[in-house]
Parts: sequence; structure tokens; C-alpha cells
Amino acid sequence: MPKTSEISKGTDIVIDFTIDSVRAGVADGSATATATAELHYSRIAADDGDKGKRINSFLALSKERALAQAAKIDALAAKGAELPALAGVPVGIKDVLTMQGSPATAGSLILKGYRPPYDATAVTKLEAAGAVLLGKLNCDEFAMGSSNENSAYGPVLNPRALDRVPGGSSGGSAAAVAAGFAVATLGTDTGGSIRQPAAFCGVVGVLPTYGRVSRYGLIAFASSLDRVGPFTNNVKDAATVLQVLAGQDVLDATSSDRPVGDYVGALEKPVEGLRIGVPAEYFGEGLDPEIRTAIERVLDGLKAEKCIIKPVSLPHTKYAIPTYYVIATAEASSNLSRFDGVRFGLRSAEAKTLSEMYRKTRDAGFGPEVKRRILLGTYALSAGYYDAYYKKAQQVRALLTRDFLTAFNEVDVIVGPMTPTPAFKLGEKTDDPVAMYLADIYSVAASLAGICGVSVPCGETKDGLPIGVQIMGRHFDEGTMLRVGLAVEKMQKPS
Amino acid sequence: MSEQASVSIEDVRRVAELANLELTAEEEPRMQRDLNAILGHIAQLNELDTKDVQPMAQVGEMLGGEAHEHGETLREDVVRPSLERAAVMAAAPETDGRFFKVPKVIER
Repeated sequence: MPKTSEISKGTDIVIDFTIDSVRAGVADGSATATATAELHYSRIAADDGDKGKRINSFLALSKERALAQAAKIDALAAKGAELPALAGVPVGIKDVLTMQGSPATAGSLILKGYRPPYDATAVTKLEAAGAVLLGKLNCDEFAMGSSNENSAYGPVLNPRALDRVPGGSSGGSAAAVAAGFAVATLGTDTGGSIRQPAAFCGVVGVLPTYGRVSRYGLIAFASSLDRVGPFTNNVKDAATVLQVLAGQDVLDATSSDRPVGDYVGALEKPVEGLRIGVPAEYFGEGLDPEIRTAIERVLDGLKAEKCIIKPVSLPHTKYAIPTYYVIATAEASSNLSRFDGVRFGLRSAEAKTLSEMYRKTRDAGFGPEVKRRILLGTYALSAGYYDAYYKKAQQVRALLTRDFLTAFNEVDVIVGPMTPTPAFKLGEKTDDPVAMYLADIYSVAASLAGICGVSVPCGETKDGLPIGVQIMGRHFDEGTMLRVGLAVEKMQKPS
Repeated sequence: MSEQASVSIEDVRRVAELANLELTAEEEPRMQRDLNAILGHIAQLNELDTKDVQPMAQVGEMLGGEAHEHGETLREDVVRPSLERAAVMAAAPETDGRFFKVPKVIER
């Protein structure tokens, strides 16, 4: 067995692998990539499906591809060749990203049975770096949701508390890392879908700057907001995976050609002297007192590390949710028009004419939340309402972005709570869409502004539910953000 | 909230038609209720005076600097291989191998 790290989740789940420990095991032969992949598959078999904890994080396994890759990595190691950054690391992929030959449902019935003929760029990059791709992970349908209860393939359970949601929409990606089914996973974040589930499940989740990681092969929800990023059990692993993912891609015209920073190297630098902005708007009514206390403890810890704590103002914060629900649904109503029963996935057999076929296919294939958002987005873009809703929201988006640009003149990162409450119970918010949307109150502003963000575990409530702190960084300054994240992580370790 | 016209059942039907969605009789009132609740929340945006604010469609617009730095790059216009037709067609619900087949478009 590989060298175990000292990370423990405090429950019966022991997280015993890091990227470094997997690579070391592969390199010295004490735990081959094949054995590591098999071990993770056996954990999935024991606890993910209809046995054990029934977490329901994986929707499909890609065992053949994974074991072929593992064998390749083991052969490299046997030759004594230099191993790539993610050699032998078992990774899971959110089911909104394509993997050639594996199903890609996006959590929806409308894509049931679809096997895309190409890999997403993020998938290609992970595999080229030696990662072993275990399979596809459950999520809210088309990444629309904050609890993973909108998946057509059943909810995911929070491994830290089985009666709770794992968050969403990348609930399967967060849960798989938290349960030790994968060492890293990919998620996507449109309004909080990486960071919020990371906080709920007690793992690290990174929202890279818009344009930093290619979206090619991502089944689009809202193209001006969608981002691909990693989940891991620690900040260094997150930096390592992000390093692999980042960079321009000719297949995504919105990806940036700015040079990619040295994220792992940035972690070596001390945080002393960094200016930490604290927005009063993120500590208002509705914030759980235990979370408030945990975040204040983080700020005290950063102060002890000689960071400079400064209040900042993000005055338009309260408008982020309404702005988001206009822009994201408008873009979704357009993006989801491609699901029409013609080229892939489901087609209603009852229809006699083309237009009837579209309607019946979409009625049978889409779940209620997706229909709700398509209707809302179509309404916001329809004649007579465009200026009142869509243009107005785009204007407020500019104001929200300016809030951050102004604040970042004064500070290097902004720190606050990731979520207003810890993971809520399954079924608790399913009848009230507005209450569900408000679960993203601290995540959507960064999404709209295009800045980077990370959720790092910073303790738990007295009931044992994980708490996440959000660190937001300047556009394309993931390095500084992760450096502060590592400092926060170090504070959590009992000395 | 009162400044916003509320969504009627007819509005729900009209928007569903625009979106090529077919709602059941049970879905319609539920969607009407939810849209009104969400639009009521969205009405907060009217508190803000935005008449001199340029609408923001993409993040890059706000960053200054060169367009290509935040992804407004056009790639070279050269012919490159695309996906295999057979691989793409294999995913279609109905195809003759060359084209996608669909039900009748024009009714007579």
C-alpha cells in the first residue's frame, strides 16, 4: 500500500492518497497504477452503488480505458522513465464533459444512451498527464442545481452526512473525492457548482478564471459563465491539477493566451504581507453563526501569519443572484435548443411531424428545473422584455465586476464564507426554487465577474458538517489565491 | 415586485411554444407560480440606475489590455480534419448513414 498521508476526514472515511503519494507508489513500485485503480474501483463497488453507503456519485465507469492507461503508466515506471504530473492518479469526470466512447448524460434523460465521439480538452490534458480516468460523475441535470437533486439518475448523498445533499451541481465530483473514490475529479462551475459542493463535502474546489481552462467538450449551460475546474482533498493537489488543465486551446475561442502561472511553485511563497479583503456584504443576515465563527477564525489565523486584513466593499452583492438568474437562463435557453431529438440522445417515437417531434422529445427528456430555466430565459429574451431583463442584467453584471476590480486595487485576495449554511437535508428546498437559488448567494458574484475562486475546508459545525471558506483572486491570479488557500489548510491541521 | 407585470397562464403557454416545450396541464400552473416568484426576486434590479452603464456580455470586455489575452482570438482560417461522419451519425436516433432523418416537415 502507498504511503498514507496524514489527512483524515474525522469520520469513518480515511483519505489515504494524495497526488504525491500515488506518484511515489507508482515510481517505486510499492503501489502500481493498476493496483491503485483497482482499489478505487473496489471502493466504488462497495459504497457507491446499491450497496454500502449508496453515495451514487458515479453514473458510468470506464474501466477498460482506465486499466489500459494504468498499464501504460506502470510500463513507464518499470522502465525508470520520468513520470508525468498525474501519473497513475485516479480521476473522475463530471458527466457534462465528454469522454470518447463513454456515456455523457449531463444528468438528463434527453442524452440517455449518447456516447460522444470525442474527448473534452480537459479530459485529453488529464490523460496526457498520466491520470487514470475512472468514469463519469453524477450531477444536476445540465449542471442546473445546488443540491444534485435535479439529476435524472437520482440524488448523490453527502459522504460526510448521508441525510444531506452534497451540493450542486457538481455533487458527484465533490462526493467522489470526499468518499475516497477518486483522488481528484473535474467539475464545472457556472454560478457556484464547484465551490459550493466542495464546501458542503469538505474538499477543495477551484473555480479558475474565465478563459483559463478550455470549455471544449463541455455540454454548455451558460457559455459566458461556464468554467471547468478541479476537486481535490488538498490545496497542493488542486494546484497540480489546475497546472495541467490551464492554457489556451484553439478549440475554445474564449480561452486566453496569457502565460500560465506556476501554481505549485506559488505555494512555496509565504503569505506574509498579503492584503486580505473582507467584504461586509458577505457577513450579513442569513449567515449561519457557526460558519461566521469559522471564517473569523481563518481571518485571525491569516493575521497571525502577518497578512494585512482590510475591509472592502462589494456594494452590488445583493443583486448577484437576480442578475445571474437572468443571464444564465437566457444563455441556457439558447444553448439547450440543440437538444431536439435530431442528432443525439432521445427522440420521441410518438411524433408525426417535425415540430411535434421537437416538443415531445423535449417534454419527455427535460426535468422540471431545466424546463423552468428554459422558460425563464426564453421569457427574458422575448420581444418586449429584452431590455427590462436581459440588458438590465448585463448592465448590473458590469457593476458587479467593477466592484471586484475596484476592491482588487486595494487587496490581493478577498476572503469570506462559501455558503450561508452547511449542507442542508435532502428534500429540504426542492419545493421552493428561490430558496434553492439563495444557497448560491456567496458564489454567483465571482462567477459573473469572471474572477477565480477556491473553497477550502476550514472546520466543521458541532454536528460535524464541513465548513468552507471562499478565497477569491484577481483575474488570472490563481497562484496568490491558492497560496492563501494553503495557509488556511495548514491552520486546520492539529499541531 | 408590483412594478413587474405578472406572468399569466397564457404567457406560460406562449413562452413554452417559443421554447419548443410542451407542458402538461399540471405543469402549467406550477411553472406560472415559479416564474412569478423568480421574476419577483429579479425585480430588485430595478432599484439600480443603470442608464449610463454599458452592458457586459463577456468577462474580457472589462479587463482592458489586448483582446487575445482574454480570449477573443480568431484562429487561422485553414482546413483541418473534423470528426468522422460515421462516428457522429452513429449517435443519431435515425439516420441513413449520410443524413439525419426526421419526420415530415410540411403537412399536406
